[in-house]
This record gives sequence, structure tokens and C-alpha cells, in this order.
Amino acid sequence: MDRIPILKMGHFLLVTIQVDLYDRLALSLENDLINMVSQVDAKGVLIDISAVSIVDSFMGRILGNIASMTKIMDAETVVVGMQPAVAITLVELGLTLSGVHTALNVEKGMELLQKRIGKDQTGEEEDYDSND
Amino acid sequence: MIVMTKESLQILKEQDVILFRNRVKEFATKIGMSLLNQTKLITAASELVRNMLKYANGGVVILEIIGKDRVTGIRLTFTDKGPGIADIRLAMKDGYSTGKSLGLGLPGAKRLVNEFDIKSEVGKGTTVTIIRWKNGI
Amino acid sequence: MKNQSLKFLQKSKKHLLETWMSNQMEDQALREDLMSNDELRNQSDELLTALLKTLNSDNIDNTQSKDFEQVSGILSDISVSRARHGFSPRETAQFVLSLKQALTQTLEKEYTDDPKVLLDSYIAINKLIDSLNIITFETFIKGREEVIIRQTDEMNEISTPVIRVWEGVVALPIIGTLDSMRTQIVMENLLQEIVNTGSTIAILDISGVPAVDSLVAQHLLKTVSATRLMGAECIISGIRPEIAQTIVHLGIDLSHIKTKASLASALKLAFSMLNVEVKRVEKNRQNNG
Repeated sequence: MDRIPILKMGHFLLVTIQVDLYDRLALSLENDLINMVSQVDAKGVLIDISAVSIVDSFMGRILGNIASMTKIMDAETVVVGMQPAVAITLVELGLTLSGVHTALNVEKGMELLQKRIGKDQTGEEEDYDSND
Repeated sequence: MIVMTKESLQILKEQDVILFRNRVKEFATKIGMSLLNQTKLITAASELVRNMLKYANGGVVILEIIGKDRVTGIRLTFTDKGPGIADIRLAMKDGYSTGKSLGLGLPGAKRLVNEFDIKSEVGKGTTVTIIRWKNGI
Repeated sequence: MKNQSLKFLQKSKKHLLETWMSNQMEDQALREDLMSNDELRNQSDELLTALLKTLNSDNIDNTQSKDFEQVSGILSDISVSRARHGFSPRETAQFVLSLKQALTQTLEKEYTDDPKVLLDSYIAINKLIDSLNIITFETFIKGREEVIIRQTDEMNEISTPVIRVWEGVVALPIIGTLDSMRTQIVMENLLQEIVNTGSTIAILDISGVPAVDSLVAQHLLKTVSATRLMGAECIISGIRPEIAQTIVHLGIDLSHIKTKASLASALKLAFSMLNVEVKRVEKNRQNNG
């Protein structure tokens, strides 16, 4: 069975989705990712969807689930690189992914993760980056 | 209204969804639909085809390129022989779902297309027809 | 209409064209400035030839039939091109109506002695030209509508410029009413520009929006949500006092959105989000000893 590769970079996990996800593939990604977070004690998860042309409500729910699940395990999830057409379509669909952090690209996503994790450790609570 | 191209596809398993989406994309590209409108159409189609698989174990989709008053567009008709929908008005409400989904499928799909029509009979099945015009908003 | 009189018309095509042309020439409203006489003659000839070729005693009552496809095609082309060239509706209608005159004049001369045939042909011709005129009118309006649609598109294109105001900050001043059509264009341009410039902050200035009702507010909220999904933050600026009043009276909730009264204060907020500071610097000026 196909699998989406998950890369480990320091405290973070990086996933680049480059194929159209059918449901079972998306669900197995959710599973793998959560297991991996626990295995390597990751502090952040970066999901790059810049190559994804369609995000429907199912796919949106998976992204939301991953964010909520990692949150409970004390890791932050950032979705990066959403295409403009996908963003407009999601809003029209009624899905705002309110629990998910977003960033323009992988680089900005890394910055955001580093900043948030730094804050967690020093206990600061003033944030401009949260989207909730 | 004239039909220029017509094709029908069986949807029986999950992997058919990807094939079907690609076919819709080919049709949309053929008539020169903008990327944003394509994305909206394919997302709506994806929602509906997913419903078909989930509640009726699949069905048939008819893809058509249609023309009306010198405007071209794409019409998709989803027909299944599933349990049908008892209360369409309720099913069209945001956040309502009999399954465990977000309940955005039907109302969300409606917002993403120019024309939306749903007919359903309990015990017989459901037919949903959507149209997205090439340049419509 | 009898075959006999139709045959006669078909035979006297040359004469018909001359009569029609001279009728058009006599008309006070002839627009030589918009179309040369040669061009007019070509158009008239083309239409007349097609019409006479098509007509027979069976189809003359029914211009909707398949036989008339070529005629209505030519007629549509003529009226669309006239609409684009700036002919008035009256002038365009006159073109077809003057053909009626030419046809009846020619028939009159031939059948002065046979009032029954004459009356019969008269009625048929009248009906025919009237329905041709309807085609002309329909397509003339369609031609004009196309002009309007094209202009609207152009207006939408030019009225949504995205400006790069700072590294990482883009601004989009919206001027005029926000309907769903424009919202989509605004969103597309803004999001694309965010990607192109790698900006993390977008300022939407609505000083130029005459009124904000719940629909406009909904469009603004959608734009903000889409911007956030991309990973950028959106600030709405240019909120005039009366707009603030309407928003509250309508019960629209903008509390989770960053709003500022002016573009300047939005920019200030953007700077503080980017950790940029703007300072007045004391300069050692030579003249100012």
C-alpha cells in the first residue's frame, strides 16, 4: 500500500503531500503521523500542501484532526503552502480550519513553529500568530 | 441548452474518485475554465461523489459539456440507488450530518456551483445535478 | 404567398437591390461616417441573395425554421457589427425596414392589375420582414450587452490593484461596492500577490467603499478567512465612523478581525507584528548649524 513519507528534522516532522489523496491514504497518514509524534517526541509537525490542488471537507477534517491530536500530545501543527484557489474554495465551502496554524511556505512555517515552541518553554502568552 | 460532450462513469470504490476528479478536470480545461472555477467545481464534485460512496455504496456520474446562450459550462449528474434522503431541507443545512462528517458536503457543494438540484426518494435513491458555467461567479 | 410572385421577386433581384439601395441612400439618417456605401451595398447584397435563395411558399410564414439559419446568421452578424460600430437602434431597424419598402414597391409595379395577388404578397412580406426585424433587434441588444460585459470585466480588472507597501506587507485599496463578483477578483488578486511577494500581512483598505451592509461584511470576512488559510494575517483599515455605526447596528461581528481606522494605523500595526520600528532620526544637517 502507498504511504506518504514523513521526514524528521530535529524536533519537527515534515510531510510533503504530492499526490491526490484518496481517503484511505489520508487516514493512514493521520495514523502514521500521530504514531511518529509519540515515537520521536516531536514538538512540531509541518504539512506542506503546496502541490495539492483539491482540499474537500474530508481532507479538511483530516488536517483538523491531525492538528487537534498533536495538540493533545503537546506538539503544534502548521499547514503550509495552500494555493490561493484552494483557500478561496475552502472558505466558500464553509471550512476555515480554525484550529490549524497556517504559513505561506515551509521556511515561514519553521519560523512559526520555532517561535511557538520557544514561547511554550518560556511561558509567554502574547501571540499575534495564532489563528483561533 | 445543448449538450456538446457526454460521458458516464461508474463510481464503485475509493480509487474511482481520483479518476473521476481527473476526468472532470480534463473537461473543465477543455472549455477553458479558470483555475479557481475548476477548483470549486472539482471540490463540489468530490463532496457529492464521496456522499454517494458513503451512503449508497457508489453510483453513476454523467459528465457533460453544455452550452446555453453562447456560454459553455459543465454539468455533472450523480445518481445512486441508495437509501435516499428523508428531509432534503435538513440535509441542506450547514452542520447537519447523519454520518460522522462535518455536515458541509451538500450545502458546501451548493455554494461552490452555479446551479444545484437535488431529488431524492426514500428507499429508491438520490440524484444531484450541478452546473458550473465557465465564467460564472 | 404564391410561387408565382416569389419567382418574380427572385428574378428581379438586381432591380430589388437597386431600389433598396436608393431607398437607403435617400434616408436622412444614412451614416456614411460609420460605414462606406460600398460596404453597405455588400451587406445588403449578401442578405438579399441569401433571403431570396431561401424563400419558398412553404417556409415564408416560419422564419424559425431551419431554412432560415443562413439568413438569420447574416442578419445577426450585421446587427452585432452595427451595435459595435455605434449605430443607433433606429438606424439598425431602418436597414431591414427599408427592404420591406423595396419589396412592396417592386411587387406593386408588377401586379397593379391583380389586387388579390398583390394583397396576398403584401401580407406575407409584412410578416416576413417583421420577424426578421425582431431577429435584428434581439441581436442588436445582445451585441450591446457584450460591450457592457466586456467593460465591466475591464473595470473589475483595473479597480483592484495590490500594492506592496513594505517588505512582507501588501495593501489593497477597495474602491466602489463589493459584490460577489468583485470579492472573488479581489481575493484572487490579493492571495496571488501574497504568494508572489511572500508577504505575511495584507491590509484591506475600505475607505473607498460607499456602504457596508451585511453582505459586504460577509465578503470581507471571507477574504480575511482565505488570507488566514494561506498563512497570512489580514488587517481591515479605513473604517469610517458611519461604517462602524452600521456594522454595530446590523449586529455584524468583526471582533476576531484586526480593524483600524486608517491605513496609517494599519501600517503601524503591521510594523509591530513584523517587529519593525520606525524612528525619527536626528540628522546632522549642514545648513542647520
